[in-house]
Amino acid sequence: MVDFIDHLVMLMLTVAFGAAFVRVVIGPSLPDRVIALDMAGTIVVALILAHCIESDSYYYLPAAITIALVSFVGTVALALYIRRGGPS
Amino acid sequence: MIRDILICIFLSIGGLLSLVAAVGVIRLPDLFTRMHAATKTGTVGVASISIAMMLHFNNITVTSRGILVIAFFLLTAPVAAHMIGRAAYHSGVSLWILTRIDEWKTHGSKTRDK
Repeated sequence: MVDFIDHLVMLMLTVAFGAAFVRVVIGPSLPDRVIALDMAGTIVVALILAHCIESDSYYYLPAAITIALVSFVGTVALALYIRRGGPS
Repeated sequence: MIRDILICIFLSIGGLLSLVAAVGVIRLPDLFTRMHAATKTGTVGVASISIAMMLHFNNITVTSRGILVIAFFLLTAPVAAHMIGRAAYHSGVSLWILTRIDEWKTHGSKTRDK
């Protein structure tokens, strides 16, 4: 039962990842794209955790923590970039 | 058995919240409403999947790292959302056409920080 639910949840997370990238493509302004990329990083962390459940191995947990940290730092850096004038 | 049911419940909560975040990011009309959908729902979804993972392994190493993931997301998601929202407002992103209250325009212009 856990395997079936896990595969279903991984499918849902993949759909959410695709939706975030649709917003990255069609987003009208730069902050739209930044928050969509932040959401994509969050979904990648969730996918890694679901894969840990699926494969019964927890060796990918430091990768999840690292991706969360890098996603936060990237979001803050892009926010400071937008704050100081942006691409104009 | 009980643990399997709890794992399934938490995994389903995480997946459904991710789907709600996807629908919100695609369908909502404004930057700030989209930000509400993306950050808040994504954070709770990751926390739920992490709780499911901790229940599945039942191990002190995995539990400590899972608590680390949850605490990190709960600390950093509001900070990132606040910084993006403030920068977007100052860079002139237009609000939704049906937005009725803009308190920064009426009350916040005197103490504007640069």
